[in-house]
Amino acid sequence: MKQEQFVQGRRPAWELLRRLLDQLEKPSRRREAAPLEQLPELYRQVCADYALARHRSYSSALVDELHGLTLRGHRQLYRRKSLWWWRAVRFVRSEFPRTLRRNARLFWLASALFYLPAVVMGGLCYHDGDFIYTVMSSKQVSRMEYMYDPANSKLGRSQARESSTDVQMFGYYVWNNIGIGFRTFASGIVFGLGPLLLLLFNGVTIGSVAGHLTQLGFLGTFWPFVAGHSAFELTAICISGTAGLMLARALLAPGRRSRAEALRAEAHEAVKLVMGAALMLLVAACIEAFWSGDGAIAPPVKFAAAALLWLAVILYLSLAGRDQDGA
Amino acid sequence: MSATPLDTVYAFETPEGVDLGLRTAGPVPRALAWLIDGVIRYAVLAGLSLAIARLAGFGVGLFLVMLFLMEWLYPVYFEVSRGATPGKRVLGLLVVHDNGTPVGVPASLIRNLLRVVDFFPALYATGLACVLINRRFKRLGDLAAGTLVIYADRAQQAAALPIVDPRPLPAGVSTDEQRALLDFAERSGTLASARVEELAELLTGEHGTRAVQRAHSYANWLARGR
Repeated sequence: MKQEQFVQGRRPAWELLRRLLDQLEKPSRRREAAPLEQLPELYRQVCADYALARHRSYSSALVDELHGLTLRGHRQLYRRKSLWWWRAVRFVRSEFPRTLRRNARLFWLASALFYLPAVVMGGLCYHDGDFIYTVMSSKQVSRMEYMYDPANSKLGRSQARESSTDVQMFGYYVWNNIGIGFRTFASGIVFGLGPLLLLLFNGVTIGSVAGHLTQLGFLGTFWPFVAGHSAFELTAICISGTAGLMLARALLAPGRRSRAEALRAEAHEAVKLVMGAALMLLVAACIEAFWSGDGAIAPPVKFAAAALLWLAVILYLSLAGRDQDGA
Repeated sequence: MSATPLDTVYAFETPEGVDLGLRTAGPVPRALAWLIDGVIRYAVLAGLSLAIARLAGFGVGLFLVMLFLMEWLYPVYFEVSRGATPGKRVLGLLVVHDNGTPVGVPASLIRNLLRVVDFFPALYATGLACVLINRRFKRLGDLAAGTLVIYADRAQQAAALPIVDPRPLPAGVSTDEQRALLDFAERSGTLASARVEELAELLTGEHGTRAVQRAHSYANWLARGR
């Protein structure tokens, strides 16, 4: 068939598809009514036209035009559109805890990297009041001692931040803590060095501070402050570390896949953990800003709430979505 | 034609069995897009800080949350809802999955969180090295997410052929040569007349306007028949 006959016969269908795509490419609120149910059929016809035009060596301009139309159709037909809030509910209800349980071994590794140095350093700093200076400068130590001094009215805030409002601290926790969670994940691509160092560093710091302050006798200020948000925050740090270690696993032990293929697969699995950890850190930021820092709440109440929160986190991560685990 | 052309076009096959080509974008337009996005982000944050200056502690908290969103989630929001950030759209770029479909939340999140590694130690040094090594201009974030940055070019409708009396082609003209004749005729409206004559002389062996006439009549025979 000659090019001109072909174009004359097929152009109406192309124009129809072009008009549909023009509508589909607009944001949905500015879209006009269009016979969208015709999209799949028209698109497949144009695919065939494009293949024919190439095979019959029609002019480059015509082939390019059909190529552009096919590309736009492909983009619209294979777009994934679903109810995002429904997917968010499903993610929190089952997908996040299930993904974590599938990668439980790496999670225990990340937890060990975090809690072991914390416990060891905590013990050492508790026994020796000067041991903390091996990991922190005297300036940092005195600032931290000031934060939890029982003579202080606002708990857990350094001198510079003493007058900060709760909302300001909330903003700071969101920006700083979730940012650290994201960095922990991303730096995992450097063969796991990032999560390894960040988990060890955080474990050492948090453990030393806890041991040192306990030894100083700041029991009534430090522990009630950190207990409340610890369940969400510490667990989320370990989960971010797990996600980072997953990237490292793809590069160090790709199994039967190529490294590029393994990296893609592991990254898509790990990003679920990153999202879940970010949500947990958001909850932790709320607790830390509006509950932990409130000196008016009696420590026993805070400890009881903290125990409940730990129980809730453990039960959620180990049980949620179990009904689908076999599926 | 069978040899791999020296080009950045990356071909993939759709489920319908046709090959589509994507033109991947190199480091320079992407760096420019990043700069434009940087200006936009900075302007929004600066505007916000002026607007909430009187809100004291509450305002600072709000600003820090905004800073977090701008730092990490600005590209994700625009890539998922519009296909690319405003900066990329200015330069006509689009972010897609390896199979040409529009990018979704997981892939967009991966490629944008890994920005911190690509940026390391300064100004995307790691990402640039990776882009220059990779055939499809992928930085580490693109490798992990399975995404490509491409040109979102829109093909124009083919120009009409100049209508002259068709003339049968001599025997032995290959399909590539036939196609070159057709392309020449369709594009001759956009070229200077001297250049048209020069090309037509190469194609037909005639001289001056006669050559153009001859080339067009061959093209008409190819496209319209007798």
